[in-house]
Amino acid sequence: MMPVLLWTDALVFLLLALGLLLGFHTTRHAHLRAPWLRVLRSRVGVAMLVVLSAYGLVGLLDTVHVRLRTAASDQPESVQDAGSHYSPEILSLLDLALSGLRERQEKTYSAPFAIHLFVREVIRQPDGTVIREYPRLLHGGSHLDDPTQRGADIAWRTILGVLHGLLVWGLLTAVLLALLARRRRVTMAVVWSDLRVRSPGSIPWLSALMTLGLLLMLVFIAAELAATYHILGTDKVGEDVFFQSLKSIRTGLLIGTLTTLVMLPAALLLGIAAGYFGGWVDDVIQYLYTTLNSIPGVLLIAAAILMLQVYLSNHAEAFPSLVERADLRLLFLCLILGVTSWTGLCRLLRGETLKLREAGYVQAATALGVGHVTIIVRHLLPNVMHLVLITLILDFSGLVLAEAVLSYVNIGVDPTMNSWGNMINSARLELAREPVVWWSLTAAFSFMFVLVLAANLFADVVRDAFDPRLRMDGA
Amino acid sequence: MIAYLLRRLFYAIPILIGVNLLTFVLFFVVNSPDDMARMQLGDKRVTTAAIQNWKQAHGYDLPLLYNAGACGLEQLTKTIFFEKSLRLVVFQFGSSDDGRNIGEDIRQRMWPSLAIALPVLVIGLACNLSAALFIVLFRATVVDVWSLVLLVAMLSISGLFYIIGGQFVFGKLLHLMPISGYDAGFNAWKFLILPVLVGIISGFGAGTRWYRALFLEEMTKDYVRTAYAKGLSETRVLFWHVLGNALIPILTGVVVILPLLFMGSLITESFFGIPGLGSYTIDAISNQDFAIVRSMVFLGAVLYIFGLILTDLSYTLVDPRVRLQ
Repeated sequence: MMPVLLWTDALVFLLLALGLLLGFHTTRHAHLRAPWLRVLRSRVGVAMLVVLSAYGLVGLLDTVHVRLRTAASDQPESVQDAGSHYSPEILSLLDLALSGLRERQEKTYSAPFAIHLFVREVIRQPDGTVIREYPRLLHGGSHLDDPTQRGADIAWRTILGVLHGLLVWGLLTAVLLALLARRRRVTMAVVWSDLRVRSPGSIPWLSALMTLGLLLMLVFIAAELAATYHILGTDKVGEDVFFQSLKSIRTGLLIGTLTTLVMLPAALLLGIAAGYFGGWVDDVIQYLYTTLNSIPGVLLIAAAILMLQVYLSNHAEAFPSLVERADLRLLFLCLILGVTSWTGLCRLLRGETLKLREAGYVQAATALGVGHVTIIVRHLLPNVMHLVLITLILDFSGLVLAEAVLSYVNIGVDPTMNSWGNMINSARLELAREPVVWWSLTAAFSFMFVLVLAANLFADVVRDAFDPRLRMDGA
Repeated sequence: MIAYLLRRLFYAIPILIGVNLLTFVLFFVVNSPDDMARMQLGDKRVTTAAIQNWKQAHGYDLPLLYNAGACGLEQLTKTIFFEKSLRLVVFQFGSSDDGRNIGEDIRQRMWPSLAIALPVLVIGLACNLSAALFIVLFRATVVDVWSLVLLVAMLSISGLFYIIGGQFVFGKLLHLMPISGYDAGFNAWKFLILPVLVGIISGFGAGTRWYRALFLEEMTKDYVRTAYAKGLSETRVLFWHVLGNALIPILTGVVVILPLLFMGSLITESFFGIPGLGSYTIDAISNQDFAIVRSMVFLGAVLYIFGLILTDLSYTLVDPRVRLQ
């Protein structure tokens, strides 16, 4: 395997490294730790954190890209140049883990758990007669000799999945209990009884464990069933909808996080500069964001993406693979979404800096002759970081929803890229069919809804924990 | 008052110039007119003559900023910047890439947009405010908690879901209303019900939650405590004093988007087939008609700035504490 680093992958790893660094820094300072402990003490907070982590894990697995070694690689080195040993197809770890789902393609639509195709086909019988029938699927339920066994089979696999899930959950719970018991130097039984009576100052482990248990059970049921059925059906070209939904997680998460990341430097720099220096600097920066703000966001995005399309169609040769092209377009979309959304954060930062500039410690630093850069880095930046964090988390859900809308207008991510917006867009017209093809839409909307709901609930908890007096438009 | 208004209008000029420059850079400098022509003509092997023809036909065969070939003032006016960008400032939109008059199209299409956007705004505002007041009346009870959960769930659902779901349930299953389309004059009403309904529902979660927070904030003010202390009833305090004071930020928040209502909603209009400015823009984006997109960007910016000025004015009208100098 040869690892491949796409542009967005690199940014994700950068974001991850930054997050870990900040997290490490936070755990070592009591005043930074305090608000996070408040988040962790909320039952909704920890439950949603578990859900978001599950999404994050899938997204992360989908971010590590590799190219597989091809069968021809045993030829002598001198015959080929180094790159040709590897298949040109770029796959992620998630693709490899779900290669079963990825490769089990059907001919066209099939309903969830179906064992027959959704459309009739002409089948030639062994005795020569021709009938129009719903043919059996190539993979979905193909292990069943008798279609009537399907109900029993599904039930049996569900039970198996629940049992597996419970087993793994029990193991994880035991590990957690053992760790907690070691830290508090008591027996595991004491810890368990403590968990069930909830005291106000403690971390609600029970809520976290319940959410985890529910998730694990769903995962194992899905794994057990998806091995032999298309649990969310297949789409027009016969791809598994469950697989598409999982692949779309990365796109959603990327749009939600990278957008804020790419706009962060500009917003921080300009916002703090405007507030700290005042005068003509302030005037210029205010003019800049008023101008950008007065262009309706969707139109600016549309104009920029149109321009990108012109560029891409005229420079098609610069992109060796579809994946890389789609990746660049995703990055550009994050960038342009960032351009339309940094003004809000910039304005907030400017206001906060205006206030902080008059604070005693900044005045003292100025009087002692400390330079501007040092004052900004040491005294201002740490004190506006909570605004950055809250904005990052509050904006997330809106951006995930925006992706779907933009993809519908064809100014979102590349049409070849897996995303909920593209799934909705391609399945939308199928509602007019008779009978209705509903599963693609339902799958995309459900996956998106769970992510956005978890993000919204988590954002509320974080906002309350960090700054109860801060009011921002949550919409 | 008049002096203030004039000064505000004067301030708007540099912003409009900024928007104009930005769209100019975006549409003509990032990609040259040659690139656009090649894209429009669609083929990899387009002849230079074909590109020249296309540019000539659409008026893009001029230098960008400075025309050395012309004489006098025409050195500046016979350029793409003047012809295509600066003319927008005086609302001369020119013609679209398929030869239609954009200004005429806009005048015709803004009314259907308004027919949807205005009811959505007015009825939606009434619904959100009443729901928020109702929740605040039951603040810190089970009703409050569960309403909030419902609101967060509602605002977590994609707007596309409401549209597609609405069309499917009301249009296809129940056959109550046409799925999409439009009709001239007053016959349009039956095509308007569904989009308006969907618009109200999809804005309900976010709006109501926002107004609830606003009312709760207002409830912590001193005058509310005084009102309770002098023995006013709960409903009198809430519906008279709190609502009255909270209306100031609400009204000014509404005023800023009033002019933008003409622009319509991109998604709703294109789903329901309403011939408004929203679907006009969407069509232009998918046909890659740069002239229309450019005009709409500029028009949107103008309307937004107009909204900001209106907001300042409405402050003085509804809040006697604010005086403009």
